[in-house]
Amino acid sequence: MAVTTEHVELTSTGERGLWAWITTVDHKRIGLLYAVTAFAFFIFGGIEALFVRWQLAQPNGEVLSAAAYNQLFTMHGLTMVFLVVMPIAAAFTNYFLPILLGARDVAFPRLNAFSYWLFLFAGIIIYTSFFVGGAPDGAWVGYSPLATQLPEVVRMDYWSIGLQLLGVASIASSANFIATVFTMRAPGMTLLRMPVFVWMALVVAFLLIFSLPPVAIGLFQLFFDRNFGTVFYEAAAGGDPLLWQHLFWLFGHPEVYVLILPAMGIVSEVLPVFSRKPLFGYEFVVFSGVAIGFVGFGVWSHHMFTSGMGTVAEAGFGIATMIIAVPTGVKIFNWIGTTWGGRLRFDTPMLFSLGFIAMFVIGGLSGVTHAIVPADTQQHDSYYVVAHFHYVLFGGAIFGYVAGVYYWFGKWTGRMLNERIGKWHFWLMLIGFNLTFAPQHILGLNGMPRRTYRYGEGLGWDFWNLISTIGAFTIAVSILVFAYNIIVSRKKGEIAGNDPWDGRTLEWSISSPPPVHNFDEIPVVTSLDDFWHKKYAEDEEGRAVAMPAVTGGTLVDTGPEDTDGHDEHHEDMHMPSPSYYPALTSLGIGITGYGLIYLSWGWVAIAVGGMITLWGLFGWSLEPVTRDEH
Amino acid sequence: MATHTAPDPALDAHAGGHDVHKTRKTAMWVFLGSECLFFGSMIATFLLYRNTTEGGPGAELFNVPFTSASSFVLLMSSLTMVLAHNAFERKDSRQGRVWLAGTALLGSIFLAGQIFEFTEFVHEGLTLSTSPFGSSFYMLTGFHGAHVAIGVMMLAAMFILSLTGRLNDEHGLNVELVGLYWHFVDIVWIVIFTVIYLLQV
Repeated sequence: MAVTTEHVELTSTGERGLWAWITTVDHKRIGLLYAVTAFAFFIFGGIEALFVRWQLAQPNGEVLSAAAYNQLFTMHGLTMVFLVVMPIAAAFTNYFLPILLGARDVAFPRLNAFSYWLFLFAGIIIYTSFFVGGAPDGAWVGYSPLATQLPEVVRMDYWSIGLQLLGVASIASSANFIATVFTMRAPGMTLLRMPVFVWMALVVAFLLIFSLPPVAIGLFQLFFDRNFGTVFYEAAAGGDPLLWQHLFWLFGHPEVYVLILPAMGIVSEVLPVFSRKPLFGYEFVVFSGVAIGFVGFGVWSHHMFTSGMGTVAEAGFGIATMIIAVPTGVKIFNWIGTTWGGRLRFDTPMLFSLGFIAMFVIGGLSGVTHAIVPADTQQHDSYYVVAHFHYVLFGGAIFGYVAGVYYWFGKWTGRMLNERIGKWHFWLMLIGFNLTFAPQHILGLNGMPRRTYRYGEGLGWDFWNLISTIGAFTIAVSILVFAYNIIVSRKKGEIAGNDPWDGRTLEWSISSPPPVHNFDEIPVVTSLDDFWHKKYAEDEEGRAVAMPAVTGGTLVDTGPEDTDGHDEHHEDMHMPSPSYYPALTSLGIGITGYGLIYLSWGWVAIAVGGMITLWGLFGWSLEPVTRDEH
Repeated sequence: MATHTAPDPALDAHAGGHDVHKTRKTAMWVFLGSECLFFGSMIATFLLYRNTTEGGPGAELFNVPFTSASSFVLLMSSLTMVLAHNAFERKDSRQGRVWLAGTALLGSIFLAGQIFEFTEFVHEGLTLSTSPFGSSFYMLTGFHGAHVAIGVMMLAAMFILSLTGRLNDEHGLNVELVGLYWHFVDIVWIVIFTVIYLLQV
């Protein structure tokens, strides 16, 4: 499998040291920063979930107070959505979008660094709330009046400011990715030759661009209500709390596609490689993703079927919700078609991808039951909903991203994750996941409400709650196995070589880890799965036949001499220089954020933060992009 | 690299080369697309609350002729913006600076009109907390004003950069990008003016 190359230089991707990482503008390093940060937040969010399950393991749980429970489930949701799944998707997109397009970096490398640092500071802001009188406790959706009451208690300000900053970071990175896709593709890389993962990342970028502004406005209104005396959501003064729900879900529903589409993209990359077949119906997978993006903007009110919108709106949104299941189903059939008749290899990335499909089908089907308004009215705010969205967001998204980690770890570090430990990880996680969340369907249908810190004896919920808690701790064990695998394989794993999986896309044509400039010469692309077609021809029955001169890992010259760059080939290649201004600007905005949370005396922080931000922006605008040009 | 077949000359770009103008303009258009939803959400909020005055002052406060005049000033600034960009494209930075300053001046006049209007309204009893109408009116026009103010600052930055000779290397691209933003802020004002002032009368 892995090509053993003697002289692999595993730390060849640029300078070492903390300062080099702070000032980096290399999309690959920024991708790794996103990945590591997301994993750290994954641990935090997981611990919060374990507390929640520990409390609910038995009736009349004594582990947490109601106040602590509210904070923990709010922070669990907030963390998993905004600080884990979105950034892990950003990690993959950052690292691979330029490489898969045959580009040397994203369109705006410093803006890219800015997005990461702002995300990090926003995460830190949200988490500092634990140490200053309590974390946000109004659920991740922050409905009024829960979110607007008690303006003197700042915890919901931590939530609104944190989300606002995360939104700015996401808009910046989305504009960056869109500009990269539309203007920086390698010669010959037409839009319909782009890998599905890139397509999904593009759809996600558009979803974020158009869905974040409504929630930004909602968050401003909520912040003004809490701090400046506006009455947007103040029912007593004529305001309408439902407005928040509309603005939030106009963002919140496209957001769930933001979380799942990159995972679908990863699975669409993994399945063909491990089936040794091209993706079945590439165009259908691409355009069903685009269709999900469009229809995703027309279904938000299915989160509000119990709010009394009237039958016309309920019928309309119910039908739209059923319609969006169609392109999703198209993808499922295409994935099954991809594996059909393929020469399947059950390595860990493939196992997680197949797990993704199975779990996502279950979650998708329970999702369709929410489209039926009378049924949804019964399921609303019950554990059935909790079961549903964990099947799509954990069984779906997280399984997909873990598949991506196993698939691309060799490209990131130069060493493969251990397969045997990986299989332990997969089976533990699959069993733990189903133990945790399958019983919650039953609990929900038996009437157990979500977001309640305690339940009484004799309601028939005891057994399945205990099972669910056992499952949650099984997941925790599987994550420990995963972490152990990463730590061990990072140092002692098998050497990956350029192309350990016999891959189809451009990232496998370059060394592992890739050189700073990705490609010595920009590749010229002549077909979909271009790298595959450079390795294999087809016989008359359509079977792949290796081309004589070029097989697997010997295709591309490797070794440290390659990463130094052959300057005679590309003397006009200027990689952007490191810059500390993006991090500085983000720091300034972060300090301003703290000031806004404590408005009464925070003007000092606002002034200091504002000045640092301006300093960062001016330095950023005026410094040359590549130092040696000036 | 061994993977290289003979490249199609039509496809051959120089290594890593891409059109900086196209890239930066694409990003600006994407950002403006995002801004449409930003203002759209505030306009939707205002439409929801435009009659929710809760007994406080409402649309009768508006002095449509006055605001029409300041709107006219803002729209004219789009003309001067075009002239500024045109001058920089011709590498006539002296004239370009004149039009930049003119644009910033017109924008500032609009802002002054808005400040005057806000003070009047507050005197007559419409504040942020009076009613959802008041909250959404001040938020929508205030955020628009903030956009104009940021635009004026960017114009001033362009002016100073041009004076120090650091603007000319990109064929007026920076001015063009600021221009795109400026025109957007003008166009969105046409919608806001219609929705707030004209629909009420």
